[in-house]
Amino acid sequence: MHRSDTTPTQPGIARRLRRPAALVATGVLALAGCATPSGTGGPDGQVTLTYWMWDANQVPGYQQCAQDFEAENPDVLVNLEQYGWDDYWTQLTARMVAESAPDVFVDHAQQFGKYASFDQILDISDRVEASDIDLDQYQDGLVDLSRGPDGGLYGLPKDWDTVGLFYNADMVAEAGYAPEDLWELEWNPRDGGTFEEFLARMTVDENGVRGDEPGFDPSRVDVYGLGYNESGGGFGQVQWAPYALSNGWTYADTNPWPTSFDYDDPALAEAIGWWRSLIEKGYMPPLPVATSGIGTIESLGSGGYAALIEGSWNSRAMAELQGVDVRVAPTPVGPTGERASVFNGLSDAIYAGTEHPDEAWRWVEYLASPACQDVVAAEGRVFPAISSSSEKAVATFSELGIEADAFAVHVEDGTGTLSPVTDRWSEVQSIMQPAMDEVMSSTDDPGPILADADARVDRVMADE
Amino acid sequence: MAVVTPPAPPAPGARAPRRLRPSGRPRGDLRAAMVFLIPATVGFVVFYLVPAVRGAWFSLTDYSVLAPPQFVGLDNYRRLVDDPLFWNAMGVTGYYVVINIVVQTVVAVGLAVLLQRMTRSILVRGAALLPYFVANVVVALVWFFMLDYQIGIVNVLLGKVGIDPQAFFGDPALALPTIALINVWRHMGYTALLVFAGLQTIPPQVYEAASLDGASAWRQFRSITLPLLRPVLALVLVVTVTGSFQIFDTVAVTTGGGPVDATRVIYLYIYDLAFAQLDFGYASALSVVLFAVLLIVALVQLRLLRAGESDNS
Repeated sequence: MHRSDTTPTQPGIARRLRRPAALVATGVLALAGCATPSGTGGPDGQVTLTYWMWDANQVPGYQQCAQDFEAENPDVLVNLEQYGWDDYWTQLTARMVAESAPDVFVDHAQQFGKYASFDQILDISDRVEASDIDLDQYQDGLVDLSRGPDGGLYGLPKDWDTVGLFYNADMVAEAGYAPEDLWELEWNPRDGGTFEEFLARMTVDENGVRGDEPGFDPSRVDVYGLGYNESGGGFGQVQWAPYALSNGWTYADTNPWPTSFDYDDPALAEAIGWWRSLIEKGYMPPLPVATSGIGTIESLGSGGYAALIEGSWNSRAMAELQGVDVRVAPTPVGPTGERASVFNGLSDAIYAGTEHPDEAWRWVEYLASPACQDVVAAEGRVFPAISSSSEKAVATFSELGIEADAFAVHVEDGTGTLSPVTDRWSEVQSIMQPAMDEVMSSTDDPGPILADADARVDRVMADE
Repeated sequence: MAVVTPPAPPAPGARAPRRLRPSGRPRGDLRAAMVFLIPATVGFVVFYLVPAVRGAWFSLTDYSVLAPPQFVGLDNYRRLVDDPLFWNAMGVTGYYVVINIVVQTVVAVGLAVLLQRMTRSILVRGAALLPYFVANVVVALVWFFMLDYQIGIVNVLLGKVGIDPQAFFGDPALALPTIALINVWRHMGYTALLVFAGLQTIPPQVYEAASLDGASAWRQFRSITLPLLRPVLALVLVVTVTGSFQIFDTVAVTTGGGPVDATRVIYLYIYDLAFAQLDFGYASALSVVLFAVLLIVALVQLRLLRAGESDNS
């Protein structure tokens, strides 16, 4: 849900499988908040709002929010519709062209810039000012993810996510690690630090020799210490970002609304170079193997991987894996002395062409209020944007046996990096995806490849 | 295509009876013809002509769908000349077409000959068509699972004979041929059916005569079957090559254009530009170029294969 190339409606299926899976499972799940004919103007002058989201797992929570909202606002009906991630943005664009887009929809930091720049999203800064909403109640930075280049506000924060190190608890125990040891891991680009030692220890070849033992055969690995699903393109959220960001690198000159990206920074090349070296050492599968395997979460579940960097939005999917005890630890501490993770958030946005901006605003205001976000917290799927609701979600996750602190630690320590917000993300990604694939499948120095890609990205960014 | 008696040249007086018809008749035919042509014409104009003209117009504009198009002249075409991704996409598509068409045509002709010679069973003949009845996306998915590096049955079988597992979709050198061959598998039955129909039109007497002259089966195939099949083959090639250029679904559900652009075919690039990057103007320019390329390819094929005439005379 939080990456441009994944769909959490199919949790646990890797990127390449998600696309077909979503195609097969495509279909609209239209859930009327109440049984009413859609369209505007109900029997008693009621207004029907259409609300779109893509994560099917979160539908029950928001269904509850809609019912509570309708009880308080008898003049408004909320029509909840869910489309899978793969169809969502295409559908939304088509509906905007047809001027029949949903009144309110879940928005993503990487997508909103494009729509805001075409005046498709309502600027709500005036309404926020006129209301008594306290923008400080949200986790730091989340409001900025909906801020336009003109300073306008194009949505209110919904939830946030970070990434963590999921691992097979039985394998880790067998290797002689205690769960708390994994919270102490450190890495550096020179020798990989205790994190690389951990990965070496967790890797087992076909003869049962571990990666840190003599006689280990890196070409015949049975269990890889660390899995990954693909090269990560220009984002690397669950691939290389935790290392690059803890190596002192940032995505761009400024964020939100960068004017140039920093893919030519040596700190990135250094972190990627180390990450890629795990392949040669046998601790991580080669790119062709990683991308053509079944999903990474299934591989973790079937014992092909001992550990995996994945997003908090997949926590439930991980916890619900059959036959394997998966736990989570935070990402390792890097050369900067701190951990790092992409810190991303979703928002609820109002379509600029809506016929009912006032009712839509009331719904968005409710979605962004503690009343609704506490309901979402109790569902234990995601972390709501409001700090106090977030804490409740942490408690819910803990009851489910998920160590949510592994994700929340980035919020407490302020080590989350906001995802880049730009209206040209698709263009950037169309350059960076092949470039990063190339880096990961070659043995050449990553520096020149990244520098070349960076020059092309900056041309895209500079192009008016 | 059976032995045709050329129509006798019209006798000098042949037209005479026509003059006896009431003079109003031809106009009446025209009116009836117009009525029958209207549905097809409406369909053609609404679904083909207007979109095509609009597409050509968009190719001269900067158009993001959400804002009105802005005329930019030939900028999109200039950009295309310097776009390495465009040339890569054309190269990848060309490579795909070559593998797909060469293998498919050879296999289909072989299969058609086998179907004609070895069996009269409708069941067996029909079985060759089975893959074609399965939806493209399903075919792609099934093969995607079967060729999986870790759990795919193909790699399990390869392992049994001592071959290391292959990342069919993950290795840049293998990904495109793999996709091309999957589509060969799906389409060969259908192509074979078309060729088979062509084979049925070759008169058996020709083969009998050749047998009497002592021609081997291979010689008969080379000197009788292929030449007499040429018009059908020309049609099949034009249809399959055009279809082959339009490869999209198999790539979209398996590799998505990767690894490292190795399978980013032209249609995928156009789709990505239009629907992900909202650059409909440039995407339209690419479509226009693709249209021109397909038109030229089809014309060249028809000319080279002299599709209009048969050797069967």
